[in-house]
Amino acid sequence: MKDAFGIPQSLLVLGGTSEIALATARRLIARRTRTVWLAGRPTPALEAAASELRALGADVRTVAFDALDPDSHEVALGKVFAEGDIDMALLAFGILGDQAHDERDPAGAVRVAQTNYTGAVSAGLVTASALQAQGHGSLVVLSSVAGERARRANFIYGSSKAGLDAFAQGLGDALHGTGVHVMVVRPGFVRSKMTAGLPQAPWATTPEAVATAVELGLRRRSEAVWVPGLLRVVMSALRHMPRTVFRRLPL
Amino acid sequence: MSADIVSVTGWGRTAPTAARLIRPRTYEEAAAAVRNCGARGGIPRGLGRAYGDAAQNAGGAVFDMTGLDRVHVIDAGSGIVLCDAGVSLHRLMEVLLPLGWFVPVTPGTRYVTVGGAIGADIHGRNHHVSGSFSRHVLSLELLTADGEVRTVGRGTPLFDATTGGMGLTGVILTATVQLQRVETSLMSVDTERARDLDDLMARLTATDHRYRYSVAWIDLLARGTATGRAVLTRGDHAPLEALPNVARARRRPLAFRPARLPAAPAFLPEGLLSRTTVGLFNELWYRKAPRARTGELQRISTFFHPLDGVPHWNRIYGRHGFVQYQFVVGHGQEDAVRRIVRRISERRCPSFLAVLKRFGDADPGWLSFPVPGWTLALDIPAGLPGLGAFLDELDEEVASAGGRVYLAKDSRLRPELLAAMYPRLDDFRALRAELDPRAVFTSDLSRRLAL
Repeated sequence: MKDAFGIPQSLLVLGGTSEIALATARRLIARRTRTVWLAGRPTPALEAAASELRALGADVRTVAFDALDPDSHEVALGKVFAEGDIDMALLAFGILGDQAHDERDPAGAVRVAQTNYTGAVSAGLVTASALQAQGHGSLVVLSSVAGERARRANFIYGSSKAGLDAFAQGLGDALHGTGVHVMVVRPGFVRSKMTAGLPQAPWATTPEAVATAVELGLRRRSEAVWVPGLLRVVMSALRHMPRTVFRRLPL
Repeated sequence: MSADIVSVTGWGRTAPTAARLIRPRTYEEAAAAVRNCGARGGIPRGLGRAYGDAAQNAGGAVFDMTGLDRVHVIDAGSGIVLCDAGVSLHRLMEVLLPLGWFVPVTPGTRYVTVGGAIGADIHGRNHHVSGSFSRHVLSLELLTADGEVRTVGRGTPLFDATTGGMGLTGVILTATVQLQRVETSLMSVDTERARDLDDLMARLTATDHRYRYSVAWIDLLARGTATGRAVLTRGDHAPLEALPNVARARRRPLAFRPARLPAAPAFLPEGLLSRTTVGLFNELWYRKAPRARTGELQRISTFFHPLDGVPHWNRIYGRHGFVQYQFVVGHGQEDAVRRIVRRISERRCPSFLAVLKRFGDADPGWLSFPVPGWTLALDIPAGLPGLGAFLDELDEEVASAGGRVYLAKDSRLRPELLAAMYPRLDDFRALRAELDPRAVFTSDLSRRLAL
């Protein structure tokens, strides 16, 4: 069960090698979290992540999960929930893709959309219904500021996150009053292996900063969290900017 | 019998979870509800004054017992009442005071049920004299997981598991309670100020035995030499001759008409209780108290239940709610109390409802909270940054001093510390495993702490 400050005792990470997710898990383990499930493709990286968290004192288990295979989600996640309540599920999987390449290779673009959006829709719905059955829990969805307004430089990724963000907001409203809390997290540019080699955007942040914001959001039972918080204002301004101007911005 | 899915929290309004709220109107309905409560079990709930998650059960059933609220028998000669567990102490006072009887123990609110009072084994300002509520319970009827009703008498393991058992042994249906004789419905109160914590503890140690009721409000925002300054209010039920001759009171000495203000509005902004506002309040509260005053007549509601005057006062903490922290450490652990008070005061926790009290002898309930020693209770807004880690540190201090925290107020204890705080925990778990193998009685508290 979560405590008065929203800190979970059990955590399910979908996308168990995500750096943001692991930073969040480390932070929560330092507080209350004892049971961690890392769901992801069964790779050495997933096992490495599990042993890293085990070293912090948590009981960590891994479960095979593939975002691109929605048919398997019910079974894979059902196994996790059958073992006991999950106080918080962190939907953290996602790929950035390669915008320039994917524009020429629609199959690559579709893979971004299927991972970030349709995969998340399936896993999100499966998780939400399990949380609803147990009457409590937080579903934390890692969205992105890129979904707030599509940019020329990464609109394939951005559109997938826009879809995910809208989905998660709607899901949060659907689950209002069921004891389940849905929180959308919108980080800006996060310095991690996913963005390695990319030019750094303004207001860049770190996985640890996102983890801090998640913990704060849990305590406040926030429905949306921006990291850093200033991006809420910045993105609101960008969102209302006329297209003709927005297009010319060096973003 | 109605059942709705509703979001349930404790009085502190933290960690809401959803449950089917079932309100039985007869014992048969209650038994049927227990038999059919499903895989996630059920938990009885009274008036929801437990601060944390004791009376919520995510995804399962919550039995709202306030529909069973009949006072069956009053023996006005010997002062014994047999009533349903859903009867509130407020109702008991309304019924009993005109007959010259008072509840044996009352907490800081009248709006708790008899069932809740037994389940949390509540204590009051008279603990050093009268012990906790269960000491005055002669017997009770318990609806257990098999759907049967058992009569549970004092001195049995089931009685000791149920008193303080947080509703996890079954649903209390009725209780027979020994009452306290009173001549009037007024209190004769002595008030004095203590200039710091040492002064306060010395005064409580020296003179508590002269009073049936004793409590000290403590200013946890005072620092430096004033750390732990306090206002002691102690007293007893006023005898008839203490009432002034001319007053109307003499004609109706047992009248009970508590006044109530309008309820706190449903939506209040965050941060009403900041360090500044609470500091100001505490300063005024301390200054307005007389240095020493004796024999002041106060109404029962003024003396025991000042907060009941504002319905829904818990809303003033805003939508993030608040945490109540109450611990007890034994006699001889005064240094632990000093250290904890100093840490709270150095941290500037905006707490305006902090009380210090000396407990008397413990009662046999396995998970009953009071043990002889010092207890400190305080309210803190849950949104205060770093509060979780800070309270964890206080827990360590309490546990290493051989103390414990109060489960009826808990919403955040680290489960690993529980066994050290409650040595009879294993007995409690064993009894539950035998009596209720399918864990029909389950609450968020029992899940969180693996009770």
